[in-house]
Amino acid sequence: MSTILIIEQVLNGLQFGVMLFLMAAGLTLIFGVMGLINLAHGSLYMIGAFVAAAVAGLTGSFLLAIAAAMAAAAVAGVLVEMLVIRRLYAADHLDQVLATFALILIFSEGTRWVFGSFPLFLDIPSEISGPVTLPGGIEYPLYRLVLIGIGLAVAATLGWLITKTRIGIRIRAGENDREMIAALGVDISKLYTAIFALGAALAGLAGALVGAIQSVQVGMGEPVLILAFVVIVIGGIGSIKGALIGSILVGLTDTLGGIFLPELFKLFMAPAAAQSAGASLASMAIYILMGAVLIWRPTGLFGARAA
Amino acid sequence: MIPEKLLNLVVLALLLAVPYWASLNDAPFTITLATRATIFALAAVGLNIALGMGGMVSLGHALFFGIGGYTMGILAFHAQSFTPLIDGPMVIEGTKSMPVIWAVAMGVSALAALVIGALSLRTAGVYFIMITLAFGQMLFFFTISWSSYGGEDGLSIFLRNEFPGLDTLVPFNFFALCYGLLVLVILFNARFARSPFGLALNAARQSPDRVRAVGLNPQRLKLVAFVISGTITGLAGALFADLNRFVSPTMFSWQTSGEIMVFVILGGVARLCGPVVGAVAFVMLEHFLGGLSEFWHIYLGLLLLLIVLFARGGLVGLVARRGAAHD
Repeated sequence: MSTILIIEQVLNGLQFGVMLFLMAAGLTLIFGVMGLINLAHGSLYMIGAFVAAAVAGLTGSFLLAIAAAMAAAAVAGVLVEMLVIRRLYAADHLDQVLATFALILIFSEGTRWVFGSFPLFLDIPSEISGPVTLPGGIEYPLYRLVLIGIGLAVAATLGWLITKTRIGIRIRAGENDREMIAALGVDISKLYTAIFALGAALAGLAGALVGAIQSVQVGMGEPVLILAFVVIVIGGIGSIKGALIGSILVGLTDTLGGIFLPELFKLFMAPAAAQSAGASLASMAIYILMGAVLIWRPTGLFGARAA
Repeated sequence: MIPEKLLNLVVLALLLAVPYWASLNDAPFTITLATRATIFALAAVGLNIALGMGGMVSLGHALFFGIGGYTMGILAFHAQSFTPLIDGPMVIEGTKSMPVIWAVAMGVSALAALVIGALSLRTAGVYFIMITLAFGQMLFFFTISWSSYGGEDGLSIFLRNEFPGLDTLVPFNFFALCYGLLVLVILFNARFARSPFGLALNAARQSPDRVRAVGLNPQRLKLVAFVISGTITGLAGALFADLNRFVSPTMFSWQTSGEIMVFVILGGVARLCGPVVGAVAFVMLEHFLGGLSEFWHIYLGLLLLLIVLFARGGLVGLVARRGAAHD
C-alpha cells in the first residue's frame, strides 16, 4: 500500500465529500429555516445533471451548461415551493415526506418521458480534463481537483453569506423564531422562496458537476439524497459547519473504507473471503459511523436541538 | 358515509371473493394480483402500527420486508441445493417448510427492529425519518455486495415452499394462506389497539409528557410497537418472496419503503383496514394505469399529492366515518 495510493484516495474522498456538501447544505438550510424535510432535493440534483448534459450537447460550452443547470434547478425549486411545498410548512413531517415522495415520482417519470431511459453523458471540457502532477509526483485528474476547489469555495461563500450579510442574519433569525421575524416586517414567504431557490441551485450545481464524471440517468439523485441525509444526521440539522464536516467525514469513510477494509481483512483472512467481507463491511461503513455518532450525540455533532 | 366497521367487512369480503371467483373461472393472473395486494396489505398493516398508532414515521420498513424475503430466500436456497446453512460442530439445514420460514423471518425481523428501533428512537421527528431511511439503504448496499447469496442478481427459488396439508402450487391455496395471515394480523391489531398497551401507546404518541407523568416510559412503549411493526412487515416479506420465488436487493430499496408508506396513506393512517384499501388500490392502479401508460408513476404521484394536500383521511376517510373505537 503506497503513500501515493493513499493520497489519491484521500483526494477522491474529499472530492466526494464536497459534492455531498452541496446537497447537504441546501437540505440543512431548508430544514433549519422552514422545518421541512424535502425528499425531492435529489430530483433537483437530477434536473441539474440533465439540463447540463442537454445544454452542453447543444452549445458545447461547459460553463453555460453549469449556469443553465443551476438556473433550471432554481426555477424548478421555486415552482415546487410555490405550488406544493408552501402548503406543507405547517403540516407534520409525514405529509411532507409523502408529498415530496410524490414529487420524486413525478420528476423521475417526467424526466424519463422527456429524455428517455438511456443515460446521457456530459464531457469534461478539454482544458480541465487531463491529469496534473502534484508535489511528490502524484498524477491526479485536474477536474476532480477543480471540484474540490469549487466545493470549498461554495462552503466559504455560504459561511460568509450566513454570518456576515443581511440575508444571512434573516436566515439565522428565521431558524430561531419564525413568528418574530415575520412580526419585525421581514417578508417571510419571500425569504422561504429565496432559501429554497438557493438550496435548489446548489443541488443543480452538484448534479451538473458530478454528471461529468458519472452517467446522467433517472434515479441518480436519490442515493445522493440519502447520503446527504446521513451527512445531516451526523453534522446536526441546520448547521452549515456540521454539513461540511459531516460531508467530508462521510466522503472519506466511504472512499477509504472501500479500498482499505478489504486490504485490512487480508491480513488475517484468505484473500477471496477478505475481499468479500471487506466489501460488505465497507458498504455499511458510513451507516455504522452514523450509528456511532447517534449513540454519542443524538442531535449530531453540531446540532443544537432535536426537531 | 358508512360506518367504518361495515366498510372493513366489505373490503375483506371483496378481497376474498374476487380471487375465489377467479379460481373458479381459471384466471390465475387475477389471483396473483390479489395475492400481491394481500401481501402488500400485510406489510402496510405492520407499518401502520408504528406510523398510525405510535406516530413513528419510519421510512425504512423495506428493511424488514427485505429481511423477511432474504430469510425465506436463504433457507430455501440451502434446502434446494442440499447444503447446510451452518456447518461445523452444529449443523443447521435449510428448510422448505413455510411455518418454519415464517417463524424465523419474524424472529430475525424482530431482532433487527429491536436494534434499529433502539438506535433510531434516541432521536425524534425528522432525524427519525432520515435514520430509518439510512438503515434501509445500509442493508440494500450490504445485500448488493453479499456475493454468497447472489449479490445484485438476487436468489431464485425454483419451487414454492410447502405448507403441511396444502398444495401451495395451486394459486388460490397460496392466496388463502396469505389472506388467512392478513385476517389474523388485523384481528390482532384490532384487539391490540384496545388493549392497555395500545391505549398507552396511543397516549405516548399524543402526549409523551403526560404518559411519563403517570409512570410509563413512552420510549419503551414505542420501541415495543416498532418491534411488533417490523415483525409483521418481515412476515409479509417472506410471503412476498414466496409469491415471486425470487429475492433481490430491490426488496430493501428506499422505493419499497416509500411504497409501503404510500399504501398506508392512500388508505388512511391509523385506520384498521386503511392499509388493505391502500394496497388494493395501489395494485389496481399499477395494473390498470400501467397498462395505459409506461409513465404511470406520474399519475400515481399526482394522486398522492392530491390526497396529501386535500384528502387527509385517505380513501377510507372519504367514504367512512370514524368508528367510536378509534381515537
